[in-house]
Amino acid sequence: MSETKTVLDFEKKIIEIEERIKTVSALAKDSDVNIDKELNRLQLKLEKQIKMSYTNLSPWQRVQIARHPGRPQCLDYVKALIEDFVPLCGDRVFADDPTMIGGIGRYHGISVVVIGQEKGTDLETRVKYNFGMAKPEGYRKAQRLMDLADKFNMPVICFVDTDGAYPGIESEARGQAEAIASSIQKCLQIHVPLISVVIGMGGSGGAIAIATANRILMLENSIYSVISPEGCASILWRSADKAKDAAEALKLTAQDLKTLGVIDEIVTEPIGGAHRDTMATMEKVDEAIYRHLQELMQLGRDELKKQRNEKIYEMGHHINFEEIKG
Amino acid sequence: MNWLSDFVRPKIKKTAQKEIADDLWLKCPHCGKLLFTKELKKTWYVCPECDHHLRLYLNKRLKMLFDNGVYTEVALPQPPEDPLKFKDSKRYTDRLKAYRKATGNEDAIKVAKGTVGGVKCVIAALDFSFMGGSMGMAVGEGIVKAAEIAVKSKIPLITVSNSGGARMQEGILSLMQMARTASAVNYVKENGLPFISIMTDPTTGGVSASFAMLGDIHIAEKGCLIGFAGPRVIEQTIREKLPDGFQRAEYLREHGMVDIVVHRSEMKNKLAMILNLLMSNTDNNSESKATKTKKQA
Repeated sequence: MSETKTVLDFEKKIIEIEERIKTVSALAKDSDVNIDKELNRLQLKLEKQIKMSYTNLSPWQRVQIARHPGRPQCLDYVKALIEDFVPLCGDRVFADDPTMIGGIGRYHGISVVVIGQEKGTDLETRVKYNFGMAKPEGYRKAQRLMDLADKFNMPVICFVDTDGAYPGIESEARGQAEAIASSIQKCLQIHVPLISVVIGMGGSGGAIAIATANRILMLENSIYSVISPEGCASILWRSADKAKDAAEALKLTAQDLKTLGVIDEIVTEPIGGAHRDTMATMEKVDEAIYRHLQELMQLGRDELKKQRNEKIYEMGHHINFEEIKG
Repeated sequence: MNWLSDFVRPKIKKTAQKEIADDLWLKCPHCGKLLFTKELKKTWYVCPECDHHLRLYLNKRLKMLFDNGVYTEVALPQPPEDPLKFKDSKRYTDRLKAYRKATGNEDAIKVAKGTVGGVKCVIAALDFSFMGGSMGMAVGEGIVKAAEIAVKSKIPLITVSNSGGARMQEGILSLMQMARTASAVNYVKENGLPFISIMTDPTTGGVSASFAMLGDIHIAEKGCLIGFAGPRVIEQTIREKLPDGFQRAEYLREHGMVDIVVHRSEMKNKLAMILNLLMSNTDNNSESKATKTKKQA
């Protein structure tokens, strides 16, 4: 969890009740007054408020939740779901990109390769992980690990969580565009099951580079978009203040992407968002990945590659346009 | 309300393909010299004063590349229009209409068949004058179609990129075109056919980060901008001035991302030479070899 608690504006009422519960409990310690009744009442009120705040979330609110620093990140999933995890380093060309987590481990007894972006949880780790923005060496490391997976017949599980690939002088000098393009290509070439889970931010090219998968899953409050709402607003509305409108227009929520046929499944989060209950989130993600993995493991090596390519070829061709709100 | 808040922004007219074609005189954006359009046409829009490569629009580009300027345009499948019902200050459908009227094209891509240096091939060319050459579903369809033709007819695929990146107005579906086009060009390469990627000013964002960077051979036009992030985004991120020549074709060649940087006047000959070299030892091209021998004789 983060060092200072982040409170989203629509969560304020929840926090108020939580604070009140804390104060009342503290008071009870110092006196003999029985406050069970009051605590019960507050607890009920809290649950009701969480439910209320978390139903009918707007796209912009989901963007805020997706960026919540307390949200479980790639390494949390690795810790919770992967046994015997051996982190691997380097692209064998230039450097190791710490942002791009990669390694081998055991998932429900199956040897797998895990790849994903880590954002960091406090200032120190955020700097270490470059705020979740991978450099070309990160995408080349991902390719190297996918080759490894292909060679040893290990399924690949990707945890996608990035605002986007890092835009900087050294990124361009080392060919960020080529690294992403080749990473997408590698995703399409391997013969093993590839499952990508968007756990927070699915930021454009930096995300699709490891999300061109047989199955694409998204957490209920994650987003996946061609451009950040702020970026889109500053280009099309000529004002970053219009990010809310851009978030609506871009159709970047898991719900919209399911309608558009871009993703396969929405993984529901505990009420109040993944950041309120990491363990419950892990269980749901685990259940979904395992189910899809078992289905995919029925397919042969060539079939797996074919399915991935055909899936992407068909994308956008079966949209039910009636369902899309203008 | 006062004169400050009442300020009305001056409307800036978009320079579309038509205006350039119709204008008698054109100012070189690099050296500022006024140039006679008729003269510019002879040099394929390269400034005779400073050698700056002005933007060369779609039809002219195809004319320049194909032998004798002869080619057959391929009809492209029409994807659903405005899938997200996108609206910012304007409706996306209205923007599309305006660009169609200005350019005379359906979208930012054309696919054409013909011969280059006697080698039969298919060229998919993007057009910056149509919404910045942005890649949405229509451009994706074009690349996929061109790749299918290449494999079916066993001929090389050439793409000419001229694009700022993905088309925001099609949201995630435009992002998906990165994977679609990567899959399409992969299909060509896996069938043992050449895929040559030509990059022109500009080639950035979702286009450079997908099919444009996956060629067997990368040819860049002299001085063109190629990159993942645009220079403005990078400057905003790192808050410093970018070095001279950064993200230009020559910089990309220096950094190992591009094989050849060519002057526009050399583009066609270089492409013809490469196609002939790549195809002469494969079984795919007995026909074009025959034409070539005929020509030489």
